[in-house]
Amino acid sequence: MNRDRRRRIVNRTMEAVATVAAIVAIAVLAIVVISVAKRGAGAIGWDFFTKPQALFGQPGGGIANALVGTALLVVMACAMALPVGVLTAVYLTEFAPRRLAVPIQVVIDVLAGLPTIVIGIFVYALLVIGHTQSGIAGAFALAIIMLPLVARATQEVLLLVPSTLREASLALGVRRWRTVLGVILPSSVGGILTGTVLAVARAAGETAPLLFTSSIFANSVQTDVTKALPNIPVLIFTYSEQPDPALHEQAWAAALVLMAFVLVASLAAKALLARSRRKLVG
Amino acid sequence: MSAVPTSSPLQARRHRLRGRLGDLGLHGLTLAAALACLVLVGAIVWKILALSGDSFDRFGLGFVTGRAWDPVKHVFGALPFIYGTAVSSLVALVLATPLAIAIGLYLSELAPRGVRGIVGSLVELLAAIPSVVLGLWGILVLGPFLAHHVEPSLHSALGFIPLFGDPQQTGQGLFTAAVILTIMIVPIVASISRELFLGVPRELEEGALALGATRWEMVRGVILPATRSGVAAAVILGLGRAVGEAIAVTQVIGGGTRIGWSLFPPADTLASKIASNYQGAGSGLEISSLLYLAAILLVLGLIANLVAQVIVRRFDPLRGARS
Repeated sequence: MNRDRRRRIVNRTMEAVATVAAIVAIAVLAIVVISVAKRGAGAIGWDFFTKPQALFGQPGGGIANALVGTALLVVMACAMALPVGVLTAVYLTEFAPRRLAVPIQVVIDVLAGLPTIVIGIFVYALLVIGHTQSGIAGAFALAIIMLPLVARATQEVLLLVPSTLREASLALGVRRWRTVLGVILPSSVGGILTGTVLAVARAAGETAPLLFTSSIFANSVQTDVTKALPNIPVLIFTYSEQPDPALHEQAWAAALVLMAFVLVASLAAKALLARSRRKLVG
Repeated sequence: MSAVPTSSPLQARRHRLRGRLGDLGLHGLTLAAALACLVLVGAIVWKILALSGDSFDRFGLGFVTGRAWDPVKHVFGALPFIYGTAVSSLVALVLATPLAIAIGLYLSELAPRGVRGIVGSLVELLAAIPSVVLGLWGILVLGPFLAHHVEPSLHSALGFIPLFGDPQQTGQGLFTAAVILTIMIVPIVASISRELFLGVPRELEEGALALGATRWEMVRGVILPATRSGVAAAVILGLGRAVGEAIAVTQVIGGGTRIGWSLFPPADTLASKIASNYQGAGSGLEISSLLYLAAILLVLGLIANLVAQVIVRRFDPLRGARS
């Protein structure tokens, strides 16, 4: 009897511990989100989005230049990462013999696990040493981060395409390439889109790849991609290292904008994924 | 399409040729993309090793045990940063592993149906917060809080252990970095663990329960042993992430080359030392030494990654079968 009671108590305790752990994680999320929102909301207004950064030591200013720059960087990174990522996934699921599929898969996983600062310093060594920092270098670094995310997401959804669909198309005498382009890819567009949204959310918030490639930038709106592009993550990073409380307020506000974008994008991607998966699997 | 009736043999042949060319073309194009990934990783490794060459020639492997980082005297060593990386990641791992496994168990075994999805998504959202935002919060909110509340009480309660030395004033230091890293890796390890726990066959779980085991006994006797290697891989992935995290750590760790027992003073990790030099290094040798640090980081990252992959592929029947 006594032993049974002890077992029950241990069981109860462990259940309580697990529940508390989950509550702690959610509490941390809530604390971070609330403290960013509370400190950042004050500085957010029309001017914050439409004015570029103030000159050093002057009050006011906004993040217009960083918003434009981040948008440009992410769009360029997408343009580089999407085709390579999707095609790699197509190769892995449709063409690759096992002998080649395994090493390529390993390499993609390795790429996903590389420290982002290492990717940043690689691009610095490749494109910045001997030249200058540029939007192109920054976008290339971000593209390296997005590539494995896009490839993996695409692969997952390609594997979900029912093999009956593929076989039906081939049985009709349709060539393999037309099957891939006309049947398989169109039915996995939703999943590819989700992967892209997730990758964009990730890339928009990455700082480390940009520190060495696009961090020393002008205070004005800049669209010349051969020069360093202002961007939100680096702006938050440099402001957070300054002692000036006015800059901290700007950093909080920029962090709020960035966080809101990333969280909304992640949630949207999740919803999209659930939908497209239902459609494919039925 | 070849199903379309064709009027002449010549046309049919041309049609077949186009089909074959299309197949070859798409195959070639996708193969090129896949090879580009291989080349990219090769280029990363090669470029970083090549550019750290100057520093390697000068200091050799002694770089790893060198304690000085002095740009004026042109003496560089990595030991303080290896120490900072090891301590911050290990402390983060010690804090994060039990927490993450507990969350994984809650999500897979305990959570009521309606709550499960929501809690799971929230935990994953924690991983989506950009590290620079977490770092900003760490430097301005968490750091001061730890410095004024947590560190003094740890010091007075456990001060006889050298790890808990005198509290800091600013809250910038190894301990704050470790806590931030914990926040970053918990969601990663937790969501992988949840998937692993959910993958344990129902019959095994129900068998244990039918034999009269309590839920905890079932977890300890069935779920944890069945997923041990997978969880180990998840923890190693988390470790890789902690070792490589640059931004948030740079913001909260303070910087310095001290090596000692206490967890509270400022330090630097490999990644944060590289990141904090972003505005330019003085000499070519200093740049090369920074790349040497990056090379060490790269090797550590590769090892963590490959070990985790080997574990997942080899020893975990649940996931091995799927891939």
